[in-house]
Amino acid sequence: MEPILQLTNISKRFPGVQALDGVHFDICPGEVHALVGENGAGKSTMIKIISGVHRPDSGEIRIDGQPVEFNNPREATERGIATIYQELSLYPELTVAENIFMGHAPSSQVGPFRKINWGEMFDRAQEILASLNIHDMDVRRKVGSLSVGNRQRVEIAKALSINARILIMDEPTASLTEADVERLFEIVRLLRERGVGIIYISHRLQEVFELGDRVTVLRDGQYIDTKPVSETTEDELISMMVGRTIDNLFPKLPSEVREPVLEVRDLRRRPSVRGVSMQVRAGEIVGLAGLVGSGRSELAQTIFGITPAQSGEIFVNGQKVEIKTPAQAVKLGIAYVPEDRGTQGLIKEMTIRENVSMAVLPELARGGFIDFAREKTLAQEAIQQLNIRATSVQQIVAKLSGGNQQKVVVSKWLASKPRLLIMDEPTRGIDVGAKAEIHRLMSELAVQGIAILMISSELPEILGMSDRILVMREGRLVAEFSRDEATQENIAAAMMSAQMENNHLVMERSAR
Amino acid sequence: MTATTQSASTTAAAGSGVRARLSGFFNQDVVLALLVVTLTIFVWLVNPRFLAQRNVLDMLNNSSYIAVAAIGMTMVIISGNIDISVGSLIGLLATISGQIAIGAQDGGYPLWIAFIVPLFVGALIEAFIGFLVAYLRIPSIVVSLGMFSILKGALILWTNGVWIYNLPDDFMLAQQAPLGVPVPIYFMVILTILAALWMKYSATGRAIYAVGGNREAARLSGISEKATIMKVFIINGVMVGIASILFATQFNAIQSTVPPGLELFIITASVVGGVSILGGTGTVIGSTLGSILLHVIRFGMQFVDVSQYWLQAVQGILILVTVMVDLLRRRRQSYSGRG
Repeated sequence: MEPILQLTNISKRFPGVQALDGVHFDICPGEVHALVGENGAGKSTMIKIISGVHRPDSGEIRIDGQPVEFNNPREATERGIATIYQELSLYPELTVAENIFMGHAPSSQVGPFRKINWGEMFDRAQEILASLNIHDMDVRRKVGSLSVGNRQRVEIAKALSINARILIMDEPTASLTEADVERLFEIVRLLRERGVGIIYISHRLQEVFELGDRVTVLRDGQYIDTKPVSETTEDELISMMVGRTIDNLFPKLPSEVREPVLEVRDLRRRPSVRGVSMQVRAGEIVGLAGLVGSGRSELAQTIFGITPAQSGEIFVNGQKVEIKTPAQAVKLGIAYVPEDRGTQGLIKEMTIRENVSMAVLPELARGGFIDFAREKTLAQEAIQQLNIRATSVQQIVAKLSGGNQQKVVVSKWLASKPRLLIMDEPTRGIDVGAKAEIHRLMSELAVQGIAILMISSELPEILGMSDRILVMREGRLVAEFSRDEATQENIAAAMMSAQMENNHLVMERSAR
Repeated sequence: MTATTQSASTTAAAGSGVRARLSGFFNQDVVLALLVVTLTIFVWLVNPRFLAQRNVLDMLNNSSYIAVAAIGMTMVIISGNIDISVGSLIGLLATISGQIAIGAQDGGYPLWIAFIVPLFVGALIEAFIGFLVAYLRIPSIVVSLGMFSILKGALILWTNGVWIYNLPDDFMLAQQAPLGVPVPIYFMVILTILAALWMKYSATGRAIYAVGGNREAARLSGISEKATIMKVFIINGVMVGIASILFATQFNAIQSTVPPGLELFIITASVVGGVSILGGTGTVIGSTLGSILLHVIRFGMQFVDVSQYWLQAVQGILILVTVMVDLLRRRRQSYSGRG
């Protein structure tokens, strides 16, 4: 069959990262084409190129065999491409019908104005929903009062209202209940019968096998392969997704693992942390792997008191403690290098000196006044130790590069002489040189006896740096590997494919 | 006006050590001071009477209570908040102070109580605002706007707008002039210096800048952002209390109403003085120079015979220009190379 949409040799570069490199993709009418890959494989970039958000640097997009160029999302919409993003883009204060017809409400010209034909809009909204076998939704209701599953149905109806021929669904089941997942699958099948081409992105490989006709795998922005779903297996997909080589970027030093510094027992914080028990020992780097949304960052934030635990126990150096605020965590010798240094790590208008001392102000102060000489020494040591490239300690951190900003955040926490260092994506978005330096530093800190808990979405980083690897999924720890037994395949399998328990239920029900 | 500052600070980062040190001297405060001097010389050239000793002291004297209130306002704005209620609060505290002074005249308690109570009441009311802002996370503009109306209404209900006369002579603090210099000027200078040192060198001062610069990052660094915001508002309350006493004791009667637009004049002084309306940057010295600058303009206009009605427009233009320069500076400051 002739594809409706065809992408050939698409490349896209962002500052510092080749997001897509010569990727191919096509979709036929009445087909569900699944797109899989790890975090950062380039799936989102590809969707954004198809939906007109980004323009490719090179390559060709054809619709019905004709080359096209999208300058903005509207032009893609006009060609019948609709996208349902993970975070739904509806207006909560408007009605279902208004949301469905946002931007193209049925209207008539009255003098210089356009008048919305409300009756027609409600009727047509009802029709569209009915065509999706949705009969239980009031089109006059405000979207804000709907459940997540119902909002998603509104999104799909919205796509149909523009006669979408290609529907992109980005992780559509991520936040749905099982019953909603089942209804979604029915709708997807209905649309497929109607000849809509569906690009289906999901981490849940079971869904790929249940719904998909073909599947395309991306890895690190590279096109790996496209296969009919019937001719592949879950294991094969996982190995295609993770088949990266571990380069020798991370010289992990051997380190003596000693007594536990942190222990948590059945830690819970709804909705993302659902009963976690683990230990991190002095001198040890524990890698915490998992998909985005698996609860890794939330676990870190619960330990650090940003979102305090609702139940469970935390022990620091064997002592049972309560951590309700970050200030308490800091006093207990816990440090947290956050995922987003811009909003959580730095005060960008301030100097390096002021940022480095931020977590140790009470120790630096005498009688409430800061010892400026000591503060300056501290900042100078940080610049030397971490090789921060700056003109002086007085430089405003906003003017530093991403890697150097990250080093400032790390030095802020080293100044507090932590026993436990939690690092959330410590090398995301920084250049290779700075990355190696941060890895070297982590390794040295472990040798000095600091306990390190590292969250990372990059499996090579997890494998290269960790003494022990924990895998988190849906708010729980689901696997543990020693450094020797861990491979990309078994970690990735633990992250993704053991979704089975959940999805079996769904499959059984929808089979009925 | 601050355009020079901006180019100075831009070159500071790019330039060599010597240039950095040179332009470090050319910070915003120095530029403001130069502007005050330039403007003064300009008015003096048009009308030499402007620099008569009495006029200069008058001008500084008039700036003083604004400058003292602006010190508190500056801290509030640096912490990422704002306080609209200060105009009403000054009116209320001045009236409280005056009533107590009259009571003291009749005997029963010493006069100094009239100078102390407004400070406590100011701190108490601002602590309440601070509580709502810090702990209940209600935006400060809403809280202080509400407080503005409440205090204004309370004051009118209490006094019916009747002026307070027959104040005891000893009460007239602002009319004293040891060594020929009016008392308010001492207050302005001393409080500015103390507050500037405190903001620069104290751990709490640093925390105020940090919370205003990035509340989340400050909190994650172990700074108690709630306690910091509470402290800021309480200090502001004390500053407003002092300002209200200087205000109450400058004439032989107290107006018992809220001087219209007073809060905006105080906020203008801070903003013109280089305090970023987005929080995180600015200095107390700047805000005091800002207050003086506004008064040089106000007095200068009379001396060069320009209608007072222009004053509002000039004030407005100053605000727009300084805020624009601040935003441009922030935009340019972010790192533009590869992340």
